[in-house]
Amino acid sequence: MLINQFLLLGAALFCIGVYGVIARKNAVMVLMSIELILNAVNLNLLAFALRNGSPDGHVFALYVIAIAAAEVGVGLGLVLLIFRNKRTIALDELSEMKG
Amino acid sequence: MLAAEHVGWFLEHAFLIPIVPAIAFALILFFGKRMPMKGSEIGIASMVVSLVLAIGTTYQWIHRTETSVEPVIRKVVWWQAGGVQFSFGQHIDGLAVVMLLLVAFISTLVQIYSLEYLRGDRRYTHFFAALTLFSAGMLMMVLAENMVQLILGWEIMGLCSFMLIGHWWEEEANSRAALKAFWTVRVGDIGLMVGTGVIFFGANAYAQAHGSNGFSIAGINEWAMKDTGASHTLLLWGCVALFIACIGKSGQFPLHTWLPDAMAGPTPVSSLLHSSTMVVAGVFLVARLYPLFHTGLDINVAGQHFNLIAVIGGITIVIAAALAFVQTDIKKVLAYSTVSQLGYMMMGLGVGAWTPAVFHIFTHAFFKCCLFLCAGSVAHSGSHHSFEMKQDMGGLWRRMPITAACWILSTAALCGVPFFSGFFSKDEIIDNAHNNGYTVFWIIGLVGAFMTTAYMTRATYLTFFGTARGAAAGEHHDEAHDMAHDPAHDPARVPAMAMAHADPADHDGADAHDAHNSHAGPHESPALITVPLMILAFFAVVAGYLNAAPFHIEKFTEWFASEKREPFPELAHATFKWINTLPSIVLVAAGFAVSLFICRGLYSATAFALKGLTKRSAAMRAGYLFLVNKYYLDDLYENVIARGVAYPISAAAYWVNQNVIDRTVNEVGVGARKTGLWVYRNIDQRVVDGAVNGSGAAAQGAGSALRPIQSGKVNQYGALLFGAAAIGALVLVIVNT
Amino acid sequence: MDVLRTNNALLTIGTFLPLAGVLVMMFIPKGKELLHKQIALFTAVATLAVGVVTLMRFNYGSAGKLQFFADTSWIKVIHSNYTIGLDGISLPLYILSMVVTVLVMVYSWDHIPSPGNPKAFLILMLVLQVGMAGTFIAQDLILFFVFFELVLLPMYFMIGVWGGEQRQYASLKFFLYTMFGSALMLVAFLALYFQVSGKVPAGEASFSIPYLAEHGGMLGKTVQIWIFAGMFIGFAVKVPMFPFHTWLPDAHTQAPTQGSVILAAILLKLGTYGFVRIAIPILPTAAKAWAPWIGGLAVIGIIYGALGCLAQTDMKRLIAFSSVAHMGFVMLGISTLTPLGFNAAIFGMVAHGLITGMLFFVAGSVKDRYHTLEIKRLGGMLISMPKMGWILGFCAMASLGLPGLAGFWGEFPAIVSSYSPADGLNHNVFRVFMVVAAIGTVLAAGYLLWLFQRVAFGVPKPEFAGAAAGHNDAHGHGDHVADHGSGDAGHDDDHSGDIHDVTFFEWVAWTPFLLAIVVFGVYPQLMFKIIDPAVQVTLKAFGKG
Repeated sequence: MLINQFLLLGAALFCIGVYGVIARKNAVMVLMSIELILNAVNLNLLAFALRNGSPDGHVFALYVIAIAAAEVGVGLGLVLLIFRNKRTIALDELSEMKG
Repeated sequence: MLAAEHVGWFLEHAFLIPIVPAIAFALILFFGKRMPMKGSEIGIASMVVSLVLAIGTTYQWIHRTETSVEPVIRKVVWWQAGGVQFSFGQHIDGLAVVMLLLVAFISTLVQIYSLEYLRGDRRYTHFFAALTLFSAGMLMMVLAENMVQLILGWEIMGLCSFMLIGHWWEEEANSRAALKAFWTVRVGDIGLMVGTGVIFFGANAYAQAHGSNGFSIAGINEWAMKDTGASHTLLLWGCVALFIACIGKSGQFPLHTWLPDAMAGPTPVSSLLHSSTMVVAGVFLVARLYPLFHTGLDINVAGQHFNLIAVIGGITIVIAAALAFVQTDIKKVLAYSTVSQLGYMMMGLGVGAWTPAVFHIFTHAFFKCCLFLCAGSVAHSGSHHSFEMKQDMGGLWRRMPITAACWILSTAALCGVPFFSGFFSKDEIIDNAHNNGYTVFWIIGLVGAFMTTAYMTRATYLTFFGTARGAAAGEHHDEAHDMAHDPAHDPARVPAMAMAHADPADHDGADAHDAHNSHAGPHESPALITVPLMILAFFAVVAGYLNAAPFHIEKFTEWFASEKREPFPELAHATFKWINTLPSIVLVAAGFAVSLFICRGLYSATAFALKGLTKRSAAMRAGYLFLVNKYYLDDLYENVIARGVAYPISAAAYWVNQNVIDRTVNEVGVGARKTGLWVYRNIDQRVVDGAVNGSGAAAQGAGSALRPIQSGKVNQYGALLFGAAAIGALVLVIVNT
Repeated sequence: MDVLRTNNALLTIGTFLPLAGVLVMMFIPKGKELLHKQIALFTAVATLAVGVVTLMRFNYGSAGKLQFFADTSWIKVIHSNYTIGLDGISLPLYILSMVVTVLVMVYSWDHIPSPGNPKAFLILMLVLQVGMAGTFIAQDLILFFVFFELVLLPMYFMIGVWGGEQRQYASLKFFLYTMFGSALMLVAFLALYFQVSGKVPAGEASFSIPYLAEHGGMLGKTVQIWIFAGMFIGFAVKVPMFPFHTWLPDAHTQAPTQGSVILAAILLKLGTYGFVRIAIPILPTAAKAWAPWIGGLAVIGIIYGALGCLAQTDMKRLIAFSSVAHMGFVMLGISTLTPLGFNAAIFGMVAHGLITGMLFFVAGSVKDRYHTLEIKRLGGMLISMPKMGWILGFCAMASLGLPGLAGFWGEFPAIVSSYSPADGLNHNVFRVFMVVAAIGTVLAAGYLLWLFQRVAFGVPKPEFAGAAAGHNDAHGHGDHVADHGSGDAGHDDDHSGDIHDVTFFEWVAWTPFLLAIVVFGVYPQLMFKIIDPAVQVTLKAFGKG
């Protein structure tokens, strides 16, 4: 089984995602990065599911996909509203939550 | 039990007699206002149908008595629960038949009379509805197969009595009278319910073994006569309880005070309900359950058996008759006379004169009903709606000859003048009291006869003879006086009162609709009134010949008396002798003569020794006041008992409720709140909250220290998150390896 | 345990159907009042339709058995099941709750009390219906308890939000008082469970009422008495019995009309139903020990409630106190532990629900028109609004127990049965109760007719007379609009235009009540034939047929 390759791909995707979340300023890009992270996780789950021969991983992956869809929906909605109010979606200009 | 036997259609279907007016009641209520005669035609038609059915029943019953005197009992199960069966049916025997006939007949006449008497009344339709429902209730009661059905009819009558006495409820006095009547009778009804319960459990076992149950009238009677195991205590208490109900309904001492007040209702009501039919319900109940009362209330004092019923009846005769002397309202005289006559019936039953007592119910109904209707006729056409004999009557016989003639014939019957119907019934009672050893009651009966004649002579003299006074002389009343007597007789007056500024001009306008009012002076009433009067007067004279002992006619006994039928107590009968009637004839004559003499003196212009006697003699005045105030019984009931319950006692109970029980609840609530406050202040705020507050302070410090981290920038949060996750992962790896 | 299991989804549907309406109404904005009323009414009618189907499917030949019986595991940990069933005792009450809800909905059509908001009001009413119906079908103590409590909350809000001036006080008192009772009741239920499970094979014990009715009798007398005491307080508060009744007048007086009607018609019956269904069949020995005390408190309640009535100056409060007296008759019937007494009690519950519910309706409508219920200020109602006046008179007559109307068949058999209570009870004591209760009927006539005299007879008081007299001329045409103009100029009272006779919606809501009072009065067998077999089963522990 070439499980290592799956894991490596997953790790690479994860890192790209993390980089995107931390570095990018555009909120939409951040959301896409989050999707990358989630899919990296999915990949891992499926890989281990294959190795263990149990369907649990598949179930989890499906669950994650469903949640991710919802999350993107909510996230994009938020972004849309923020844009409507602030005419910008650059994240470093949004610091209303500063304590 | 006799299902297979053919007894004739009318006897089989006697239960229809009350059903017809009951349906008519509903019809009048819902459609009456739209009918051309405002519903009265439905009422009268239903009464005529009932009367025809009753006549048929009577005919077939009389036919039946030739072969058998067994009652015709039919019943269906009404409902059952807990092993107790309540049925609904008919118990037709002589007593039921004679009452059915009587009630249907008198109801019909009174309704016809009311057509004219209440013409134009604003609640004409309601009046006929209530009158019809009353007849249904009474008929239901007399043919009841069991006690529950009897209670049903009994209470319906009470309700109708309430509605009809309070017919002109705009006047507070009328609604008060209605309430008083209902309550007083209701007090008696405690006895009815308790008694029915007691008797039910007493009789049930025996009755069930004999094909009925403890509510069945036949079952109870049989049990009372035949079951040797019946507990005498139980019988006594059951009877006492039931008898209290009879006292209440039939206006016996000491619950008689509602009956004179009930005269606040329209005159046809007084004549139907409060003289000839409803008030005899109590007497009827005693007659109905005679075996029970005969054994149950038989009291043995020093070896002398006597019956409690006679005692109550005897007292009632005398006290009511005495009150009749001081009344100035013609209807109240008749009311007390009714009470007194009911006393005769009760006494008759008490002394063992069952048939004469029932016969007295029969004859009394005709002449007393006639007297009331005559009084109504006088008020309607002679005295401008006033019932005050002293103020508004006198000398009316010339103006109203038919009314006067009917009145005098009925009075003669009431007084027991020989060969009128009262003579054959009342004197039989008196005679039997003597015969059966009730000497005291024999004397009471005779004294009562004397008094009856005397006060009736007085009333007759004041109304129809002597000089015309007030309205009878053609005078028109002032408004206030008139309103006090017969309010709402003309419809327009009530809204005028409702607007609380009655205008005399208004009233005059309203009077104009009355073609036969005082403007024309006293005159004879129209035919719708006089024809029923004449019919009743005719029966007042001849009804007695159904059972005229002097002529050896005993049709009534033959047809209607239960005495021949088992189970019935053995009763001794007086044999008629003219010599025995002599005392009463003499006393009646004496009563007439004395009363006439005094009346002529008192109520005419000539000087007379007895005039102003109450002003001169303190003792006489005290006696007079005692009578005028009705022995102060009303004060006792209204001011002491009713007011006591209504005000101090209920107020005290309510005070207890609010200040003790509710207070406790509130105190518990307040106490709980106080405890809560204390706990809150001392434990919660200091101990628990201290800890909470301490942790709060700690959190605050940590928060300000960490504040810089919260930049509000999502990217930084992300970085922190992943940094932390990475550290966490590292730690995990290290720990696991 | 002999039960019929056919159609066993019917009860669940009938009970929970109102929740569907609630769900729909949640998503509709509060402004659409008409739509809310329509949905609520439709839901209630649909529920009633299920009720009617239940009536038709009910096997009247075996009314003594639990029917439509369902038993699914619910909370396994504590051996509590979703056990439901209906027998002759619960059927009339179950249907009554549905009918009353529908009619109250109809009445609410144009009588939403202030401060408005029909959405919330009607949702609460539907939830209330779930609780009431559920209590009558529950055959498991925990389930019963849940439903029993479910009823409290909507009623609390109804009184607290839509009530009169002292609504806060009244609602809190109602809530806390009843909670206090239920707490003790719950303790009693638990104690009962643990006591029984100690006596039967492990794992067999459950909260099922039929099961406990078979096994409760094995407990010792002392244990039973204590458990009964807990239940007694819980149920007696709800009934309410003297001396636990003081929440009732306040709650009734302050509650909106609809609340009062439901309170009187159904909620009070939960307590008596609890006695009939739970306390007495499960704990027969204790029931016998307690019966004289219950009977005693019942007759005290009869007299006491009547005296309380006589002292009232407020019409609604008077009717509230009369409930104390009438429930006294019901409890007297129960305390005799005889079939006749039980039958009378259950009939009395339904009759009281109809009659007193109706009286509260009238009181509510009078308040709408006169803006006061002070008896002194009312008067001449028969002139100003004759139909309303006669309805009041009719209800007063029914309430005081006139034969031929429903009230009588609750009272009279209760009085009769107390002459001869179950074996082992002191007959003399109960005979005293009998006489006292009979005296109570006179007092009932006293306060009801006195009320009627002061409110309906006579002429209207000057402050209301303008409207009344104007109306008097117009009545019969149903044309009260004209009154505004023709009202007497001397009375520029702002009540003038308000006093009009019974409206269309009032007729629709009331006619079934009035008819039922007559029908059950004339032919009580309709109900007795359902109740009686169930009562015989319930009382089989007492051995007297």
